[in-house]
Amino acid sequence: MITGEFEYFAPATVQEAVSLLTKHGHDAKILAGGQSLIPAMRFRLSTPPTIIDINKLTDLQYVREDGSYLAIGALTREARLEESALVQQRYLMLADATHVIADPIVRNMATVGGNIAHADPANDHPAVMLACNAQVVATGPKGTRVIPIDEFFVGLFENSLKPDEILTEIRIPKPAPHSGSAYVKLERKVGDYAISAAAVNLTMNGDTCAAARIALTNVNPVPMRAKQAEQALIGKKLTDDVIEASGKAAAAECDPSADLRGSVDYKRDITRVLVKRAIRAARQRAS
Amino acid sequence: MSKHQVTITVNGQAYTREIESRLLLVHFIRETLDLTGTHIGCDTTSCGACTILVDGVAVKSCTIFAVSADGKQIETIEGLAQGAALHPLQEGFWEKHGLQCGYCTPGMIMSAKYLLSKNPNPTEEEIRRGISGNLCRCTGYNKIVEAIQYAAEKSKEKDKVTA
Repeated sequence: MITGEFEYFAPATVQEAVSLLTKHGHDAKILAGGQSLIPAMRFRLSTPPTIIDINKLTDLQYVREDGSYLAIGALTREARLEESALVQQRYLMLADATHVIADPIVRNMATVGGNIAHADPANDHPAVMLACNAQVVATGPKGTRVIPIDEFFVGLFENSLKPDEILTEIRIPKPAPHSGSAYVKLERKVGDYAISAAAVNLTMNGDTCAAARIALTNVNPVPMRAKQAEQALIGKKLTDDVIEASGKAAAAECDPSADLRGSVDYKRDITRVLVKRAIRAARQRAS
Repeated sequence: MSKHQVTITVNGQAYTREIESRLLLVHFIRETLDLTGTHIGCDTTSCGACTILVDGVAVKSCTIFAVSADGKQIETIEGLAQGAALHPLQEGFWEKHGLQCGYCTPGMIMSAKYLLSKNPNPTEEEIRRGISGNLCRCTGYNKIVEAIQYAAEKSKEKDKVTA
């Protein structure tokens, strides 16, 4: 399978990349790690006339704490995130995800920015970033703007970047005191997309859940927060009944499709189970 | 049609070629350079048969455009043996029967080479994780794990002799 023909550019700076985007607009597609884009091009699901390869923008490769948040450069390879002591020690939901995204060889190429910008509800980072309450930084001809993650995913494979903007950084708030988070994924085998997965971020006030953000992978046409599931927890003691109610709420509010990974009913029920597991893991980490 | 001149170093030898932008790196290696040791299995970034090292890092060459590899150093299975002397990994796969049909072997060995470059003393668990992006449909993986353990031991002995 050979991709369609395309014009190829490999800019050396973000400014040059933005100029190319400004010139080519909707005809252009950014190539980062390529681990989603190139297969899509090979299947001719995507036939962009222009490719802007940003792999030379190595100054977009970093993982560091910066004021109140963790800053991840958009071109950071998933494997570097997995090796980051900072991520593994402090950002535990993200750390959970780093081990289960695709497979180790794919993670050497795949980028964090690409995983998010692709806006695929089957990818792992969208749910994690929604549950983290992350922000993404977009750079365009007029400079940068910060987009709250809740406003980033607008459709299947559709994000809220403008045609002349490039995602340059992801910001994850530092974990609040008494908070805990976890990402629990069920997959058929290493490298497959999730059957379903739950990202849960809790802040506890003693036994009571003071705040909760819950998001789901691959059980909705758009990466989604499970807001009913969050409401089922907030202000309550996390008893077995409350956790069950949250899992059931998530199962009801998601909208999975039947495929090789299972029926709609199966995916809803496994979502209920995964949300419960992630809540328990997050609560344990919060104490 | 978008054509580009690239210089890509493969197993120590620099090759300058004019290529189409859509040429995949695995096709550049197999068809342009006729180095057919790197295999194509699934075509969908799933199987790892096409795994090579780019600047020392294991990647799936079916999911990179050759034009993106301009100026890079590439290592394929053909670069491992020194004349008639097998690389410790090749010797391990030979001694421990780490292959049956052999289709996954070049990719498996290149993944293992990357793993050992980062972690010369991997546990069995770390080896299994390290090769989890490479599929083998014959062996059930046990013999492959033993072959990589053999290579890790062998490399340590060699280091002792040279040190």
